[in-house]
Amino acid sequence: MAKTMYEKIWDAHFVHQEPGQAALLYIDRHLMHEVTSPQAFEGLNIAKRSIRNKHSILATLDHCVPTKLADRINLPDPIGAKQVATMINNCEQHGLTLYDMESKNNGVIHVVVPEHGFVHPGMTTVCGDSHTATHGAFGALAFGIGTSEVEHVMATQCLPQAKSKTMLVKVDGTLSKYSTAKDIALAIIGRIGTAGGNGFVIEYAGSAIDALTMEGRMTLCNMAIESGARAGLVAPDQKTYDFLEGKEFAPKGDAWDQALSYWKTLPSDDGAEYDLVIELNAADIAPQVTWGTSPEQVVPVNQTVPAPNDFEQEGKQIACKSALDYMDLDAGTKMTDIEIDFVFLGSCTNSRIEDFRAAAEVAKGTKVPANVTAIAVPGSYMVKEQAEQEGLDKIFTDAGWEWREPGCSMCLAMNGDQLKPGQRCASTSNRNFEGRQGKGGRTHLVSPAMAAAAAAAGRFVDIRELEQN
Amino acid sequence: MEKYTKHTSVAALMNRSNVDTDQIIAKQFLKKVERTGFGIHLFHDWRYLDDDGTIANPDFELNKPEFKGARILVTGDNFGCGSSREHAPWAIDDYGFNTIISTSFADIFYNNCFKNGILPIVVDADTLKKLMSEIDANEGVEFTVDLENQAVTTPAGTSVSFEIDGFRKHNLLNGLDDIGLTLKQADKIDTYESKHKEKFPWLWAS
Repeated sequence: MAKTMYEKIWDAHFVHQEPGQAALLYIDRHLMHEVTSPQAFEGLNIAKRSIRNKHSILATLDHCVPTKLADRINLPDPIGAKQVATMINNCEQHGLTLYDMESKNNGVIHVVVPEHGFVHPGMTTVCGDSHTATHGAFGALAFGIGTSEVEHVMATQCLPQAKSKTMLVKVDGTLSKYSTAKDIALAIIGRIGTAGGNGFVIEYAGSAIDALTMEGRMTLCNMAIESGARAGLVAPDQKTYDFLEGKEFAPKGDAWDQALSYWKTLPSDDGAEYDLVIELNAADIAPQVTWGTSPEQVVPVNQTVPAPNDFEQEGKQIACKSALDYMDLDAGTKMTDIEIDFVFLGSCTNSRIEDFRAAAEVAKGTKVPANVTAIAVPGSYMVKEQAEQEGLDKIFTDAGWEWREPGCSMCLAMNGDQLKPGQRCASTSNRNFEGRQGKGGRTHLVSPAMAAAAAAAGRFVDIRELEQN
Repeated sequence: MEKYTKHTSVAALMNRSNVDTDQIIAKQFLKKVERTGFGIHLFHDWRYLDDDGTIANPDFELNKPEFKGARILVTGDNFGCGSSREHAPWAIDDYGFNTIISTSFADIFYNNCFKNGILPIVVDADTLKKLMSEIDANEGVEFTVDLENQAVTTPAGTSVSFEIDGFRKHNLLNGLDDIGLTLKQADKIDTYESKHKEKFPWLWAS
């Protein structure tokens, strides 16, 4: 029978199923950061259990770490410092690889893991972090788990799992040069909603997905969780193999050939059936901006803020009204008339080298207005170094941006970088929830180029019009 | 983990959709390295008027005196979306809720509930509306949740049956630790792992 890629990976990792219980799925890779792991280590120690496969684990410090160099040496927040110290101690005690703040490999977990080729096509990958979906870009089944499950995987290398339904999101056609993977991701969420993917694993396919770079595919899969999906998947192809070849944890020599022939068996078979199929035309996807407090509250940049009556469902009408209140926006306002106070370029969604190149191209020769703060936070030291070699840091600082050290930073605002109440931010991150970037802060999600254009103008700009002016 | 037993408790109403885990437990409280003590921070930004959490917001639903001591939370669609933080169910449990009733839950949050003795009950939209209106009409009303028989009953005579995975039900009723159950299959994991090593040797190269 023709199988989807998800079914193939599931079958290859099925360990056992006791009658009446959930199936046990074997886990190949386990990624860690300091926020969701301490209680798992504590539980493991209390139960006197050990880690089954230490080589499956790669850890970093990212959520709590300051992005100003001086603060990284002496963490200003004592509770954050304790969490960092606990992570270092746990990794030492159990002999795990940790990219700590002094490591040249340090950065956001979902940025550093691909940089080192730690996740390969066909692998099951978990992390106590919902954006683990990122690694689906490699054709790996990657999903976020809770801290109890972090402990479970450490102790057993398995997770009890129910099989997900499958959704094919097919995006054909050619994306305009102003639209990006971020815009595809937001357009899909706008279409199916933040609960549209609940119970599903999404496979992204079609000519527009084939055309994306690996970075673009990571951005797309990263936001699978914002549609509620367990995971996002893109079939591996030559771009995937070229990206992985030669990386530290990629197979070498004969093992490479062996791995490659296996990876080529992974894409869904012709005629494989999905529980749901959604189709989009890439040519229709304009640069997107969110207007509300949920990623599904999104419109093309040339449109206006909707009114509650624009929605059919009562729940969506209530959500619209409460979002307009929180965001302090009037229905009917042009998105391009909305002024901003802050710009955040970063996060596991959009902090790879390609993102900085795209933003720098727009930022070049511009000036951030005096009443706007713009910060550029690379996803890792490798991204930072690459960007500096290309002179991108100079473009940003000349334009009045702050050039920071890597970390999650203002994506979730745990590290001290945050909005003040009432401030409005153009952000390349993934969540525009109430208070996500600081209590009372107002977040609009956009692509890196759109963020750079907003930084220069102090308001949202339709980047399709920039060149014509 | 505590066993989940049949109980009759106050059902609190929070009629909001897409409540995300950032709202359930805000980022500034994620830095603790213990599992306990998150209850006082539950819904912090809605619940308190000040940053320190000393002044209760009288407009926030759960601050109503009628909902004091509630163990059942009745709420809108897609509860628990967003971040995977298990601090969210820890906070809900520590606050005192052991049951959440909604039309749908986000996937990771739903899983996390069962690891912490919390029963998430999925009902259809009409049933939710009915339960909500019963609370609206009589704040402080107590519902009975019977997991064994998979039913919620109310003083107004409503009886709602709900679906739950048999394995999860068994674990909740008996307060069982998932890890212990998986470790009982250690021989099966060993067998799988040796085959896995043969088939995917490059995974084991480092």
